[in-house]
Amino acid sequence: MSTVEIGLATNRGAGGSLRARMTGAFRTRRDARRYWLLLVLFLGIGLLATLGLILYKNPVPVDSPSFIPVVQRRLTAVVAMFVAALCHSFATVAFQSVTGNRIITPSLLGYESLYSFIQTSVLFFFGASALAKFSGTGAFFLQVALMIALSLILFGWLLSGKYGNLHLMLLIGIIIGAGLNSMSGFMRRVLSPSEFDLLQSRLIGSVNNADAEYFPIVIPLVLATVLLLYLLSRKLNVLSLGRDVSTAFGVNYQAHVILFLILIAVLMATTTALIGPMTFFGFLIAMLSYQAAPTYDHRYMLPMAFAIGFSVLTSAYFLLYHVFRAQTVVSVLIELFGGIAFLIVILRKRTL
Amino acid sequence: MITIKQVRKSYGDEVVIGPLNIEIPKAGITSLIGPNGAGKSTTLLMIGRLLNMDEGSITVANMDVAKSKSSDIAKMLTILRQENHFITRLTVRQLVGFGRFPYSKGRLTKEDEAIISKYIDFFELTDLEHRFLDELSGGQRQRAYVAMVLCQETEYVLLDEPLNNLDIARAVQMMEHLRRAANELGRTILMVLHDINFAARYSDRICAMKNGQIAAFGTVEEIMKPELLTDIFETKIEIIDGPYGKIAIY
Repeated sequence: MSTVEIGLATNRGAGGSLRARMTGAFRTRRDARRYWLLLVLFLGIGLLATLGLILYKNPVPVDSPSFIPVVQRRLTAVVAMFVAALCHSFATVAFQSVTGNRIITPSLLGYESLYSFIQTSVLFFFGASALAKFSGTGAFFLQVALMIALSLILFGWLLSGKYGNLHLMLLIGIIIGAGLNSMSGFMRRVLSPSEFDLLQSRLIGSVNNADAEYFPIVIPLVLATVLLLYLLSRKLNVLSLGRDVSTAFGVNYQAHVILFLILIAVLMATTTALIGPMTFFGFLIAMLSYQAAPTYDHRYMLPMAFAIGFSVLTSAYFLLYHVFRAQTVVSVLIELFGGIAFLIVILRKRTL
Repeated sequence: MITIKQVRKSYGDEVVIGPLNIEIPKAGITSLIGPNGAGKSTTLLMIGRLLNMDEGSITVANMDVAKSKSSDIAKMLTILRQENHFITRLTVRQLVGFGRFPYSKGRLTKEDEAIISKYIDFFELTDLEHRFLDELSGGQRQRAYVAMVLCQETEYVLLDEPLNNLDIARAVQMMEHLRRAANELGRTILMVLHDINFAARYSDRICAMKNGQIAAFGTVEEIMKPELLTDIFETKIEIIDGPYGKIAIY
């Protein structure tokens, strides 16, 4: 078919002008400008808050030899925030696009329940000293591996079979999560208050849980996964059109969905094991990024989600640590705002 | 040519579709008609590889649909169903641009842009091309989706009930567009239709199905017969001659 020639002719004939008709990621130049402005703004806020976290009220002057060691401790928390923002933003946006549903989060696949189940059962069966010792590279990777294994079983079993069905998988994920939650709930009820307190600090996500000793493996792993996800974002654009349209375009839907879910599982498992559960954080930043990036294109959505996530985390920590002097409530607050945003979205959209 | 050989699909023990054997020639519009549950959509989805068949084989332009690489099939055949995932913040032009994915993999070239413009103009969406899909009426959105699959420039285009939820004016407009696509662009269009009169007016051939079997296949003249249609739809149907050909009265 000699479509190109016909196409060019039609274009000139119909348009009558020489205005180039292009298919950009944004509807108008204004939208694009607004996107880049917001992206720079959020990155700037993130950077400022990072500098604040590292330098503000630092008792040691910059030129002193003990400056580096002091900064290193604060840097650990900042790196943890970076990793958490990266994991939650990419995983949530990709998950919502793959499932075609913007009110769910990858936490539905049961990572967080499994994490709290592991922590609770270590304390329940082996005691407080075992839980204190249940850290270090071995325990960390055991948990990551268990969480990824759970999701692989779930995807492999429910997605690749003859009756492969994404929604069935999500439902079973929720049921497994609820089951694990009630089992850990039961175990928690028989704990002594002091043991419960110890456990509670592990079960509320906090960047202070992060241990710099995991970074040499966690950072390359997360960066590689995120990079791969970003490189595949054009495929993600097609997948978000749904199974039928993707197949019509020659994209193997099933295989790509499983690939994306594995990448999402790696990110979620890593951040949950590193920092702890943050159920609504991903939802909050994904929702904000859809407002800030008015496009369907994941090449723009994903960086915006990360920029928002990083600036939310760092500025929340900075404000609460240095301005309000409230040390532990950051993730509780993020969850609170995330949860409220979740309810607002459901109530305003009325449909799912 | 679409060749269907000994194709069977069963849903549970009772509902069986097939064995189907049919050859649908190239070019023109072929409509699949028949009562609900006759297996029209199932057949269409199996040709479009959205549904696996249990037995048999389907070849489209000598390509085995079940065995060929999906990305190769996508350059030769496309299929559109009526319910689609709904993405927000997607403009008409961006949606139609997705039709170039089998070739450009998401990196649109100048040629792609020209082709996209061509199909937007073809479907009279030029003024709407920068509207978001959720700012369109149902009929406009349906046209945008059809423009998307035609923009894929495949020889074979399969459409599952493209007139669903369209009022008479929009349905006529859609059929006029599809007729032009078949005539001017040389596409082979196979679609499931519910309205016999639309099928008779705009198709070249009609394939009638009943109870999972092909009941009749032929030109419009051959199918638009009162006994045949009465038997297929189990409803009294009479045929009269209208200004544009046969009309079924029921």
